[in-house]
This record gives sequence, C-alpha cells and structure tokens, in this order.
Amino acid sequence: MASPVDISLTINGEPVDERVPARLSLVDFLRARMDLTGSHVGCEHGVCGACTVRLDGAIVRGCLTLAVQADGAVVETIEGVSDTGEIADLQEAFIRHAALQCGFCTPAMLLTAAELIANRPNADREEIRAFISGNYCRCTGYQAIVDAVEDVLASRQEGAGT
Amino acid sequence: MKAPDFSYLRAESVDQALDLLARHGDDARLLAGGQSLMATLNLRLSAPSVLVDLNHIPDLAGITETETAVRIGAMTRHVAVERSPVVARHLPLIAAAMPHVAHAAIRNRGTLGGSLALADPAAEMPACALALQAVLEIAGPGGRRRVAAADFFHGLFETDLAPDEILVAIEYPKAPAGARWGFRELARRHGDYAMVGLAAMVEGDPICGAGRLAYFAVEDRPVLAHAPASKLVGEVIDDTAITAAEDALDADLDPHGDLHADAATKRHLARVLTRRVLGDLRTV
Repeated sequence: MASPVDISLTINGEPVDERVPARLSLVDFLRARMDLTGSHVGCEHGVCGACTVRLDGAIVRGCLTLAVQADGAVVETIEGVSDTGEIADLQEAFIRHAALQCGFCTPAMLLTAAELIANRPNADREEIRAFISGNYCRCTGYQAIVDAVEDVLASRQEGAGT
Repeated sequence: MKAPDFSYLRAESVDQALDLLARHGDDARLLAGGQSLMATLNLRLSAPSVLVDLNHIPDLAGITETETAVRIGAMTRHVAVERSPVVARHLPLIAAAMPHVAHAAIRNRGTLGGSLALADPAAEMPACALALQAVLEIAGPGGRRRVAAADFFHGLFETDLAPDEILVAIEYPKAPAGARWGFRELARRHGDYAMVGLAAMVEGDPICGAGRLAYFAVEDRPVLAHAPASKLVGEVIDDTAITAAEDALDADLDPHGDLHADAATKRHLARVLTRRVLGDLRTV
C-alpha cells in the first residue's frame, strides 16, 4: 500500500486536518469522511457532473480531483453554499419551477448554475443550456432547470438595477 | 469505480519533477489537470504506482507576450486561457475553440499542456496548435528542446514526448495582420468530444496567401490537410475555391471510424465542416 498523505484544508468555512490515501477522490473524501453527502457520486469518470463541488471558488468534478490535491485549498459543498444563503433565490426558483424530480443531479446543478449566474449575468437560454451541458439530469428534460436559472438571472438583474 | 492504489508525490519545480520521473520511470505518470488521467485511473485503464503532481510548480502556469508570440505555460488552466485578453487579441482561434473544450467545471481544472501531451485525436487544442504553427517547449534530463506542433503528434495518444520529459510551455506566433480564423466542430452534445472538427487559419485578404486546415476526430491524430489548403492559395475565398478545397479533401483525409461515426460518415462530415468554415472565411 502507498503511504497516506496528511492534508489541511477548509471545508465550508471549517478548518480540517485529515490523513487520506492518495487514491481517494475529493468527492469520496467529502462523503465518507466528512459526512457531506450532498455531493453525489454518479459516473466516476467526469461525465455526469453529479459530484460537482467548489475548489478555491470554482466548480470542479469531485471525482476527477484527488482529496490530496485539496490540501491548502478552500472547498465548498452544497451544504455550505446552502447555509450561507448565497443561492437561496436559486433554490426557491428550482422549487417554483419544479426543476427537480429525483434530486440526484440537483446539488451539482445548483452549484453549476450559481457559477453561471456569477460569471455571466446576461446569459440567454442557449448559454444556460451550454453551461449546464456537463451536468446530467435524467428526469426533467432540462426545460424547467433552464426556466429556473433564467428566472434568477432576470430577478438578480432587476435587483442590481434598483 | 475507484482509482487503484498509488503514491502521490508533489513536485515543486520542473527539475524536481524530472528527477522523480527519472527515478520512477515507467511506473510514474504526470498529474496535470487530471481531467483525463483521473478518469482513466477510476476506470482502471491505467495503473501507475506513482503520480507526480505538477500543480505546485509556479513557473509552469501563465500567459506571457513577446513582440511576435504568445507563450502559454503548460499548466495554465483552460479557464485562464479562455478568459485571457492576450489570447483573445492575438490567438482568436484558441479563444473561439476553448468554449468547446469539455464543460466549465472541467475547464476550471484542465490544462492546455495536459491536453496537448495527452494527444486525444478528438481534442480541440492539438488541432489549434497545428493550425497556428505552435512550438512546444519540452524539458528533459538533457535540457530543453523545441518541437513544432506538426512534428509533435505521432498517433493515438502518442507524442514526441519521451517518458522522462515534461511539456513546459507552448509558444504560438501571433496572428499576422489580415489573418483570419474559423473553428467549428460537430458533437452530439455541447462539450462532448467532436465527431469531426476543423480549426482553420488563412492569411491574406481578399487573396489568400496561405491557409492551414487542421481536422480533428478524423484520424488517430489531428491532421493538417495540405491539398485543400493549397486550393485556396492565390485565390479569393469564393464558392469556386471552397468547392475545390472540398473536392481535394479526400487526398489528405483517411478517416477512422469510431464509436460516434463510421469512416464514411466522418468523411462526409469533414466535407460539411469544410464548406461551413470556409464559408465563414469567404472574402467575396
């Protein structure tokens, strides 16, 4: 067995020190060690996007990043981002539009949509679709998700303008 | 699935990474952005005993500009290239192609050098490197060497890199005045690898002085199609020139079928893309 590695990082604002096997993915670390099970494990090869988390402020695939690579980094998961209220309006919009059914893709979809909203406040439906194309939803057909994101973009624009 | 067991070694400098490669030989793999490597580990398609992490070598990342070229460190992440004003101004082909590379979450982590060193035949950046006549700077035990993109891609996931070498930077000549570019790919879903793609650069307006058409996802490596490009030289890009280029395509392309499309379909799609991209570049 290869030797484990000591890591220190910040998860949802809390400092964490752990010893992990090198091969442990970030999402498995968050779920199994930190009990943060809002990040989901789907395909484990970077296709479905269900494992999306934030690493130093940007969304990444939790299955394509090693826990040891998060050493020294700031990690945010859906639990942390929900608690801060940063995406409360987005979560409300998902509920209002029924933009989820089984909910498996939802935490990752929210984090992805939040990055779009932060970086491209003027995105149109086509850009929304392109941006979330890395996140599979097998229930909704995406229409309601795009509606919800579009709604939040519009209401934040309105809020910014007043 | 989960990745097999391996040791993780963090290199703090290029020299240290070279030492680690020399010490561990074939058992070691370089970890750049990890967006392809981690997938192959999780699928157990690859089982190195050591990963050498390049993410903590500061001088491997960054975009710098000289009078005639733009130099991009191999560990520069796709997102940094995508957002770079220097790239937008001097390498508009790269700026246009980058949004087609996978998805936002993957571009946040994936690196330009990783994409070139992996040499996936369906990837965008290798084809752009060919179209732009990039030069790749490689560090090895004997020092540094430079290789033209046209000599770098040897085949399916095979490059000019020796097992003890590291790609450190990619240098792109700035687009000359009057140069124009075109980029399109056909994929079933935005962000997927292309079924067929084309990165094109033409110089001279309205008379074309030189043109480079780099096709990807067609053969086992990106291909510069010389015959169709030669049909453009000395011509205005109009319907006649576009048709001549399209008709010359078969001389250069020998498509390999894959999961997404058979060889005949790829041949057809390459013609379709040729017409569309040259249509974008038409001068009359």
